[in-house]
Amino acid sequence: MPKLIKDGAIIENTWELIAKPEGDAAEVAVPAGHVIVPLSVWIAQKAQLQTRNDVGVWLDSDEFAEDIGEEANRFPVIGVNFPGFMDGRAFSTARLLRERYGFTGEVRAVGNFIRDQLCYLRRCGVNAFAFANPEADLEVALKSLADFSEYYQASVDQPLPLFRRRA
Amino acid sequence: MYIYDEYDNSILRQRVAQFRDQTERFLAGSLPPEQFLPLRLQNGLYVQRLAPMLRINVPYGMLNSTQIRKLAHIARHYDKGYVHVSTRQNIQFNWPDLTEVPDILSELADVGMHGTQSSGNCIRNTTSDQFAGVAEDEIVDPRPYCEIIRQWSSFHPEFAFLPRKFKIAVTGSEKDRAAVQVHDIGLQIILKDSGEIGFKVYVGGGLGRTPVIGSVIREFLPEEDLLPYLEAILRVYNLSGRRDNKYKARIKILVRALTPEVFAQKVEAEWENTKDGYSKLTRAEIERAKSFFTEPAYETIDNAAAQAAVDAQAAESVAFSKWLQRNVRGHRVPGYAAVTLSLKPTGVAPGDITDSQLEIIANLADEFSFGEARTTHEQNIVLADVKKSDLFTLWQKSKAAGFATPNIGTITDIICCPGGDFCSLANAKSIPIAEAIQRQFDDLDYVYDLGDIDLNISGCMNACGHHHVGHIGILGVDKAGKEFYQVQLGGSASNDASLGDVLGPSFGAEVMPDVIQKLVNVYVENRTAEELFIDTYRRIGATPFKERVYAKAN
Repeated sequence: MPKLIKDGAIIENTWELIAKPEGDAAEVAVPAGHVIVPLSVWIAQKAQLQTRNDVGVWLDSDEFAEDIGEEANRFPVIGVNFPGFMDGRAFSTARLLRERYGFTGEVRAVGNFIRDQLCYLRRCGVNAFAFANPEADLEVALKSLADFSEYYQASVDQPLPLFRRRA
Repeated sequence: MYIYDEYDNSILRQRVAQFRDQTERFLAGSLPPEQFLPLRLQNGLYVQRLAPMLRINVPYGMLNSTQIRKLAHIARHYDKGYVHVSTRQNIQFNWPDLTEVPDILSELADVGMHGTQSSGNCIRNTTSDQFAGVAEDEIVDPRPYCEIIRQWSSFHPEFAFLPRKFKIAVTGSEKDRAAVQVHDIGLQIILKDSGEIGFKVYVGGGLGRTPVIGSVIREFLPEEDLLPYLEAILRVYNLSGRRDNKYKARIKILVRALTPEVFAQKVEAEWENTKDGYSKLTRAEIERAKSFFTEPAYETIDNAAAQAAVDAQAAESVAFSKWLQRNVRGHRVPGYAAVTLSLKPTGVAPGDITDSQLEIIANLADEFSFGEARTTHEQNIVLADVKKSDLFTLWQKSKAAGFATPNIGTITDIICCPGGDFCSLANAKSIPIAEAIQRQFDDLDYVYDLGDIDLNISGCMNACGHHHVGHIGILGVDKAGKEFYQVQLGGSASNDASLGDVLGPSFGAEVMPDVIQKLVNVYVENRTAEELFIDTYRRIGATPFKERVYAKAN
């Protein structure tokens, strides 16, 4: 089973990520068990899926936190996708899920982000990292979470900016 | 100036360690080049035509003499013995070895300097007025706010991978010397009669391929709200800016697509959610930032007597009086003056300084200006706090070092990008054009008679030489592999910001001095007694200039 980084540890990935459908989102077969479905599938099949507690949702980089909004906390996991690592929209999306919509579950980075972004992603509220690249070395990636130990700005994991903490 | 504390130093040290690791992984082949690219850019490292280029931030232009000596040391030991002052007030090294860049950054960290976010799709160095704190027309010193922005923008986790680069400038004087209207965000400090301080917020200005003058999205933003409001602008931009086309990815395109009014509404709506959160500035933090920019130990000086003595020296020396006229300006403290060291002698690439000249600047700063100097966006150096009684000695010493060319603000004080001699983006050379124009205008009395003229040269449409906002702008273009130069007239980066109009077909390099001469002749023939070049152009329009320059020989 593939692994991922969650809460600073390497663990088994028990969630299956369902790809975006090319056709009608209503027609996508959502299997039983832990699944993370695309937003379009969630919207199209909400009537059936909302009775399950093992369904998460993922947002592509052109989909917004407000598309889930107050509903966020119904999900155990929300994925934020990186089509490419230079697409930085998910940083804002993660932050908004945490800070604006009070999401307390797992925010999972999925797709083509890179190890060197882990520290910033964590500060934006991402607590799980599932690299699309199967060759990503999770042991070394873990180290990048500790690239910085002190920050100037407010962030999800340190809501007080440095200027409110400086002695 | 701002002094780094243990927090700043610790963050910077961790950054250097992070980049050293990234560089080692790149060199070992475990970090792919396409992934290393944005990481090295965010540490100031470009790969250029002939060698890497390392851009070091000079936040709002402030340097102390220790930092200047460190720059000299790096230029000497890691580079070819000179640096370049950029139009973002930054210092660029042109020939560093990639493998040594982590060491260079480590040495810079020793003196509180870095290349953090000096390139890449992130918030760049915040720039300001080189006369901040000393200008006679200053309303509020912008530097404390620049420093607050520097800290907020450095390593901002949410905004390190924006659609494109992002530039902020702040001005606090009546006359805008920071070109705020041609920045992604321009902040003009406002002081209300009630004593309340805030900002007029411009957004969506910028040069480059699509030059735009910024739009005002807020007439008055209270100072405490600075960071949440900036964060709201950046968040709207990060989420909604175009990412499909790098030429349409700057915030100016988004602002225009939405209209400034709708963009402002989106920012206000975003800000509504965060305005009273922890990022709202505290009185204590504003005061703390201000405490670093207090007055140096000025002496109490009888200004009239000091000025009389300078006038007497000027009467004895025509050369000194010319320097006083162009390179020295007033100071809000009696008996003091602000001095611009010209980096534009004919024959030197505009903005270039050698290692030994840097050391001389450090010495001059120590001897005459409380150990501080400033870089300017016009690519010169300012000693901001010089006693009038020291001016003559300073002039002699700076003359000996090559900094006393009395041309500040004139047609030979050219803003010029490195161009095709160094830059891999350039379509044409720019430095030789600057030099040819400087040689054309070698009669100082004539140059003075022309008055203030901003002549800006860019080697490509990325507009690092700010050609759009030159009274005379020159843009290098490539036509079938040959270099040509397009001329624009009527640009301004000041309070009356405007973009230049293209005069017509471009010219070969060899005729450029003659073309500029003809443009100047039209001005001289048409001006009224009080008019500067830009005023005459605005009054009479482009036609007389076109007719002269494109006249067929008969």
